[in-house]
Amino acid sequence: MTDLTRLHAHEMSPLLRVGEVSSRALTEAHLAAAERQNHSLNAWLVIYRTEALAQADAADRRLAEARRTGPAALAALHPLCGVPVGLKDLVSVKGGQATAGSKILAGYIAPFDSTVTARLRQAGAVILGKTNMDEFAMGSSTEHSAYGPTANPWDLTRVPGGSSGGSAAAVAAFHVPLAIGTDTGGSIRQPASMCGVVGMRPTYGRVSRYGIVAFASSLDQIGPFGRDVRDAAILLHAVSGHDRRDATSAPIPVPPELLSLPDSDDEAASYLRGRRIALPREYFVEGMEPGVAARVREAVAAMQAAGAKVEEVSLPHTDYGLATYYIIAPAECSSNLARYDGVKYGFADRSSGEFIADYLRTRGAGFGPEVKRRIMLGTYALSAGYYDAYYLKAQKVRTLIKADFDAVWAAGFDSICAPTSPTVAFPLGAKLADPVAMYLIDACTLPVNMAGLPGVSVPAGLSDGLPVGLQIVGAPWSELSMLRLARAYEAITARATWRAVEPAELHLTDDPTTPSPAERMTRHTQGASATGSGGQA
Amino acid sequence: MTAAPAAAGKSAALERYEAVIGIEIHCQLKTVSKMFCGCSTEIDGAAPNSHCCPVCLGLPGVLPTINRTAVEWVLATGFAIEATVAPTTRWDRKNYFYPDLPKGYQISQYQLPLAANGRLTFDTSEGPFTVRVRRAHLEEDTGRLIHDELGGRRVSLIDFNRSGMPLMEIVTEPDIRTAEQARRYAEELRLLMRTIGASDAEMENGQMRVEANVSIRPRGQESFGTRVEVKNMNSMRAVERAIAYEIERQAVAVDAGETIHMETRGWDEARQSTYHMRPKEEENDYRYFPEPDLPPLLTSPEWLAGIKARLPELPSVRRVRYREAFGLSAYDADVLVNDAAAAALFEGALAAGAGVPAKLLANWVTGEYMRLAKGGEGSGGGAAGRVDAAELAALVKLVAGGAISGTNAKEVFGEHFASGAGVASIVKARGFRQISDAGALGAAIDQVLAANPAAVADYRAGKAAAVGFLVGQVMKATRGQANAGMVQTALRERLDKAE
Repeated sequence: MTDLTRLHAHEMSPLLRVGEVSSRALTEAHLAAAERQNHSLNAWLVIYRTEALAQADAADRRLAEARRTGPAALAALHPLCGVPVGLKDLVSVKGGQATAGSKILAGYIAPFDSTVTARLRQAGAVILGKTNMDEFAMGSSTEHSAYGPTANPWDLTRVPGGSSGGSAAAVAAFHVPLAIGTDTGGSIRQPASMCGVVGMRPTYGRVSRYGIVAFASSLDQIGPFGRDVRDAAILLHAVSGHDRRDATSAPIPVPPELLSLPDSDDEAASYLRGRRIALPREYFVEGMEPGVAARVREAVAAMQAAGAKVEEVSLPHTDYGLATYYIIAPAECSSNLARYDGVKYGFADRSSGEFIADYLRTRGAGFGPEVKRRIMLGTYALSAGYYDAYYLKAQKVRTLIKADFDAVWAAGFDSICAPTSPTVAFPLGAKLADPVAMYLIDACTLPVNMAGLPGVSVPAGLSDGLPVGLQIVGAPWSELSMLRLARAYEAITARATWRAVEPAELHLTDDPTTPSPAERMTRHTQGASATGSGGQA
Repeated sequence: MTAAPAAAGKSAALERYEAVIGIEIHCQLKTVSKMFCGCSTEIDGAAPNSHCCPVCLGLPGVLPTINRTAVEWVLATGFAIEATVAPTTRWDRKNYFYPDLPKGYQISQYQLPLAANGRLTFDTSEGPFTVRVRRAHLEEDTGRLIHDELGGRRVSLIDFNRSGMPLMEIVTEPDIRTAEQARRYAEELRLLMRTIGASDAEMENGQMRVEANVSIRPRGQESFGTRVEVKNMNSMRAVERAIAYEIERQAVAVDAGETIHMETRGWDEARQSTYHMRPKEEENDYRYFPEPDLPPLLTSPEWLAGIKARLPELPSVRRVRYREAFGLSAYDADVLVNDAAAAALFEGALAAGAGVPAKLLANWVTGEYMRLAKGGEGSGGGAAGRVDAAELAALVKLVAGGAISGTNAKEVFGEHFASGAGVASIVKARGFRQISDAGALGAAIDQVLAANPAAVADYRAGKAAAVGFLVGQVMKATRGQANAGMVQTALRERLDKAE
C-alpha cells in the first residue's frame, strides 16, 4: 500500500468518500510519522493522539452516513472531512493548550474554540496537534520559542523560517498535509518558502481572528500551509468568511471555486494567457542571494513563456516598510500582551506578595528577550510626546505603502511577483546575534501585511539544495485569482526535476540518535549573544 | 493637616476665593448585555465571577464587538444635552496595569467621543445655572477588587462580574463655582438619565459615580489654582458636602501659606471630611491609541434621527409646560418632574378626567400621593399601593365640586391606595358627603362650643390657635363631612360676636 502521508488532501478526499481509505488510517499514519520524528524536528509542541483518533472515527461515521444517504450528502461534506491538520499553538482549541510559544502561557487551557477551530470541526477535519512557533509569533526562524527551536527537514542544522516554522516543517515532513499558521509580517509565506511548501496569507479580514492569540491586531491574519496550491485553497475555504465575533472580519462571500482549482495541468496553465504580472524592482534587494534571484526570475520567465505579460513596476515606499512595521507591530503588541500579568492564568511569580512587584517578576521571567524588546519598542512609540512622531507617522507611511499597491492594481495588473525571502533557510543560531540581518529577511513580505493584501509563497526550485519561494501578491479579496495564478505556475513546472525532490534530511529524522534542534542550536551559538536576535513575525 | 468647618456655602473663605469645579460622572448604561460581549448585565447580588465569559475576562485571542444599545444611550444623552454628535467615532485603548483590568487596557474613547460640546441648565437657590458639558463617551467598566482575609492571610480577590459593563463618562467644563451648583448639576443629570432611560443612576450601588476636580483662586484672578480630585461621594448630599469641605480646606490651607498639591482625595462620610488617597504628581501616560480590533463607527443620519425622535419629553421642557400650560408653581412642577411615577400619575389623571383642575390635582399628587408612596402614615407600612389615575381624577373632581370634604377625600384616597377600591364605591359605602348647609353646621358648632368651655376661654384669652382645636372637634362630630372652610368662618364669627 502507498504511504498515506504522501497523499495530498485533495487526493485523500475522494478516497475517504468512496471508503477506500479511512480517516482513522490516515490519522494513524500521520500520528506515527509526527511522533517518530518530532524529537529531531520539534515541529510539534503537543500531539493529540487520543483526541485526533476520536475525531477521525467521528469523521468516518459522518462519511459512512453520507455514503448511505447518497451522492448529494457526500457532495455536501467538506473535502477536509477526515483529513488531518496541524494548528499553530496560538489557535485556541477548547480544553487544550495555547502557549503561543511562550513560557508566560504555560499551563493555560483555552475554555473556548477559536472561530478557525470551530470551522475546522464543522468541516470534519482532524486536529493532529499544535505546532511550534516564535514566541507570540515574533521572529523569523522559530528560534524564539520558549520550547526550543524547530529544525528544517531539508537540512536539520537550519531553521525552518518563522514564526509559523512548526507548521511549515510539519507539512514539509509529511506529518500533516495541511496546517494553519498566522502571518503578521510574513510568518506564513517566509517559512513556507524556506521549507519548500505552499503558504498563503489571506486579505486582512478574510479569516476571523477570534480565538487566535494576538500579536499585532491590524496586521495578523490566519492562513493555510499545504504541499500544493489546491490543498492550500481547500483549507482556506474551510476557515474563511465573516464572523460576527470579529468586528474586523469582512462580510465578503467565500468563493466556492476555491474547492475546484483545476486538477489538469493543461487547464490550470491556460489561466496564465494574457495575465499581467508586475515585477517590483525594489523587491530584488541588495543582499539577495543570487540563487534566490535566479529562481524567481526563472519562474517569472516561465510564466511569460506560458502567455503572461510581465512588466517591471516601482513600489517607491517599499524601503519604509520595515521601519514602519517595527513601530506599528510593537505598539500593538505592547498593548495586546499587557494581559499576561500572572493574575488570571498561565505562568505567575507571586513571591513578592505585592502586586506591582509580582507583575514585574511574572513578566520579567515569563517573556523571552525578543518579546520584551518589542514590548519596550512599542511602549516607547506610544508614549506621550512620541505618539505623533512615531505611531501616527508610521500609520501615514502605511497609507502610502498601500497606495503604491493600489496604483499597480489601478494600472490593470493581475498580480505582483517577487521573492518571498531574500535568502534560503539559514543555519540555526546564525542570525541570533545579528538582528539587522534577521530583519532584512522580511523586507519582501512586510509591505504586503502593511497593505492588508493577500499573498502566497509557492516553491520555485532549489538553490544549493534548499527551497526558494516565489511570492505572488494579489489585490484585496482576489484570493481565488491569486491562487489560480499560483496553480498555473505549479502546472507549468509540474515536470521540473526539483519538484520530485523530497526534503533532503527527512530520512535522518527517523533516527533516534539524531540530535534535537535545541542541541544543535546550542552547538551553533556557543559564544554568540542570545540577546541580539530579531526577525519579524 | 488642616481642619476645616464645612458649613455648606456659608464660608467666609468664599468671599475671598472663588472655587473652580469640574465634574466627571460615570453612568452604567441600561443594556441587556455587556459592552463588548454577550454576558448579562444583571450582576447585582450575583455570585462573584458568575457573569463572565472569555471576552470580558480578556482571555488570549478574544475580540470585542460593540453593543449597539449602549451607543444609542450615549447618542440619546448627547441629544438631550444639546451636544454635537460625531458622524464618525472611534475607539481607543487606555493602557494601564491593574489586577481588576483583565486586558491591561480599557477600551474607551479618547480623540473622537460620541458626543461633545453640550450644556445642561438647572435651577439653583440663586436662579438658573448652565454648565457646559465637554464630552460624553462610552467605555467599559473594570472588575472589582475585594480585600479580605482568608485563613488568617490578607488577600485581594477579584470579581470580574462588573468587567465590561457599559459605562458612559460625562465631563463638564470647569464652569461650576459652588458646591450647591455641583450637586444640582449631578441631580439634574441623574434625572435626565432616568427620564431618557439610559441609566437607573443609583449612586448607592455605583450605577452613577461622581468625581469632582476642585481648585480655588483669589477672586478676580484668571488663572486656575492647583486642582484636587475628590472621589467616594456616594450620595447627592455627599457631593455637596465633600466639595464644600474641600473648598474650605483649600482656602484655609492657602491662607496659612500652604501649597495645594495635585492629589486624589476621598470623602469620609463618617468624619464628614476629605482625606488624602494618592498623589497625582503628573498625568498618567495611558498610551492611548486607536483600538485596532474595532473599526471606526459611522453614525448615519437615519440612525441619529431615529434616536432623536424616540427621546421622551426632557425635564427642562416638562417643567416649563407644567408651569405654563397648567399654572403650577415652579416648586410643584419641579417636584412632579423629579418623580417619574408622580408625573405619570399627574399626566394620567389629567388625561382620564376631563375638566380636572390641574393645580388641585398637582397638590394631591405632590401631597397625599407622594406621602403615601414614600411609606407615610396610612400607606400600609410602605408597601406602595397602586393609584388609578382615573380614580384620582374622579376624587379631585368631587373635592373641587364641593361634594366631599378634604378630610373625607384623604380617607377615600388612603383606602383606594391600600385596597384599590373605586372612589365612588368608597364614598358610597362610607356615606361621605360634604355638609355645607349653614343650619346643620350651626347646630354642630353650638354643641362643640358648649362642650369645650376651656378652649373657648383660651381663644378669648388671645390664644388664636384654639380655633384649630375647635374646628377639629366639629369635623369629628360630623365624621369629617363638614365643610372645613365654612366651619372655621362660622366658628370665628360666633366666638368673636359672643365676646
